[in-house]
Amino acid sequence: MADLTARERDESEELLHEALAGGHLPRWSALATAGASIVVAFLLNVLTGIDGVAGTAVVAMLLFLVGQTGWSFVVEGRRHAIDRLATTAVYATFVIAVVPLVAVLGTVLVKGVQVISVEFLTTSMRFATPTSEGGGLYHALIGTLEQVGIAALFGVPLGILTAIYLVEYAPSMRNRRLAHSISFFVDVMTGVPSVVVGLFVYTAFVLTLGLERSGIAASIALTILMLPVVVRSTEEMLRIVPRELREASYALGIPKWRTILKIVLPTAMSGIITGAMLAIARVAGETAPLLLTTFISQSINPNPFKGPQAALPTFIWDQFTNGTDVSVNRAWGAALVLIVLVMVLYATAKLISRFTGVKSS
Amino acid sequence: MSTTLEPPGAAAPGTGTPDIRGAAVRRGDRVFVGLSRGAGILILVTMAAIAVFLIWKSIPSLQANTANFFTTSEWSPDANPAVFGIAALLFGTLMTALIAMLLAVPVGIGIALFIAHYASRRLASTLGFVTDLLAAVPSIIFGMWGIQFLTPQLQGFLQWLTTYFGWIPIFANDLGIYTRSILIAGIVLAIMVLPTISAISREVFVQTPRTHIEAALALGATRWEMVRMAIFPFARPGMISASMLGLGRALGETIAVALLLSATYDINWHLTEPGGITFAANIALKWNEAGNIGLSALVASGLVLFVITLAVNMGARLIIARRSEFSGAN
Repeated sequence: MADLTARERDESEELLHEALAGGHLPRWSALATAGASIVVAFLLNVLTGIDGVAGTAVVAMLLFLVGQTGWSFVVEGRRHAIDRLATTAVYATFVIAVVPLVAVLGTVLVKGVQVISVEFLTTSMRFATPTSEGGGLYHALIGTLEQVGIAALFGVPLGILTAIYLVEYAPSMRNRRLAHSISFFVDVMTGVPSVVVGLFVYTAFVLTLGLERSGIAASIALTILMLPVVVRSTEEMLRIVPRELREASYALGIPKWRTILKIVLPTAMSGIITGAMLAIARVAGETAPLLLTTFISQSINPNPFKGPQAALPTFIWDQFTNGTDVSVNRAWGAALVLIVLVMVLYATAKLISRFTGVKSS
Repeated sequence: MSTTLEPPGAAAPGTGTPDIRGAAVRRGDRVFVGLSRGAGILILVTMAAIAVFLIWKSIPSLQANTANFFTTSEWSPDANPAVFGIAALLFGTLMTALIAMLLAVPVGIGIALFIAHYASRRLASTLGFVTDLLAAVPSIIFGMWGIQFLTPQLQGFLQWLTTYFGWIPIFANDLGIYTRSILIAGIVLAIMVLPTISAISREVFVQTPRTHIEAALALGATRWEMVRMAIFPFARPGMISASMLGLGRALGETIAVALLLSATYDINWHLTEPGGITFAANIALKWNEAGNIGLSALVASGLVLFVITLAVNMGARLIIARRSEFSGAN
């Protein structure tokens, strides 16, 4: 170190000091900067005429970013300033994720609760018009439960079977090309827009095979939308069933298919049910394929094979696009019912997976 | 090495893992293999059938069309002579999806980073739940919310944008009306694709080898430097494909956009003005009023949408697949 000039030595010591015990912002810095930013944002708000809570919040957030980074740059140096900038930005995304969810759920709750009544839940729209009070979504509720139920009836077993093929059988086969392409197209299928599936069901089943535009046509579309989700989640669950369980079963001379039915599936069952329920929740709110494959009905039709059948999403669409106050309110009421239905399915699925998951070793 | 547990393709091709059969093959097995393989083949058949039927049923309208299918904005397939084209649809679809991506990719990756590496475990699982819930909200509800809640909230901001940045064409607004615009539809789409992007990015972020992270921190990197030097290089393909899957969703989103846009068939670069239409929204809006040629024309536009989303999704999946084959990180 002898060949360093005094100035260089000073500089390197300064760097070392900066790195090891450099300046730090006080703990209250974040709060102080935040407070100052909000105050300045309000002032700017008055001066430039951005109104609305959202505008002010965005400006305050930007001011906070600039203020804290600048302060940190002066006290702590460039690297820490950038780190703080990034940390703030990452935390900000947390807020950005929560705000719309709260806003959506809040809006649906506030507008929906005013409409919900026993009458709303137990009558159809048969004797109600877009401008008259009364009427309800009973017919749509029946339609949704039937259509989604039938879709689950087809989609869940088909999905589980495909997953069994991919996980249990295909790996021990010599030619894996089929399994590869099934696996790939299951992934691609998740990305097919629901409206395209609706078009397919209409052109193939309604135009070509002569099926009526009815509840069952909607169910076929929902089955196709549900399938890849069930396959993927079931696959994941089958993969984490411990190998030892299968081998113990084989060692006892039990054939593979019985091993799958009696050992593998029961072990993974809770996860499979979770996945299936998430898939059902996902398709229950689909509107586009229903618009294409059913006719919207205003009265109760319990027969999914014949005639127009309502469903919650198409009910909402119909009422909302009517545009009258009474109709739009009914749409919000139905939105609340639909969201409760989806959330109940969703929460149940999450609870099942939390308390009874596969214990992977 | 067990053959029963390996995911397809996990063993490198050509290494010749011995074919150990788990147990004796019985008749039950044959039935079971047949059933499960049949279910898998049904998925392939469905995908193929979607393509075949869309092509077949779009032929009549394409033959009847007197305008250029790709460069015409007008949509009057049931007129005589039929005139329709996808130019406006393509513009609206790409524009709304582009806005959604610009907003959702940084935020989605930020959320994923927050969950994977910034938040406490408790907060992280809560936020994971919150983003999953966001994914469970039906599309139509986002559309209604966008019209009745978000649009009024955004009025001030959009006017401010036009006042101070109106000299940029995309923010100009000659009408003074700030509703039902491509920009608002893009913002709602961004919220809708957030869960897709953050969920997949999160999955790859948590797979970053612990040793890479610790090495970076041990060298004195700040947390952000660690993220840039250890996590991003490892997760880049995952982040790209997460964004592409989000893009696929944004391109195909139907009902929310159908409610939000005002369905005008022109190419308008003033993104805050009412206007715009997308492939999916057009199909939903025109379906019940379309005649024979009209339906066929909608199927043709659906075919274009199908091809675009298929390309985007296959691209995303190929990127993911390549990563899982070549990353020997762990």
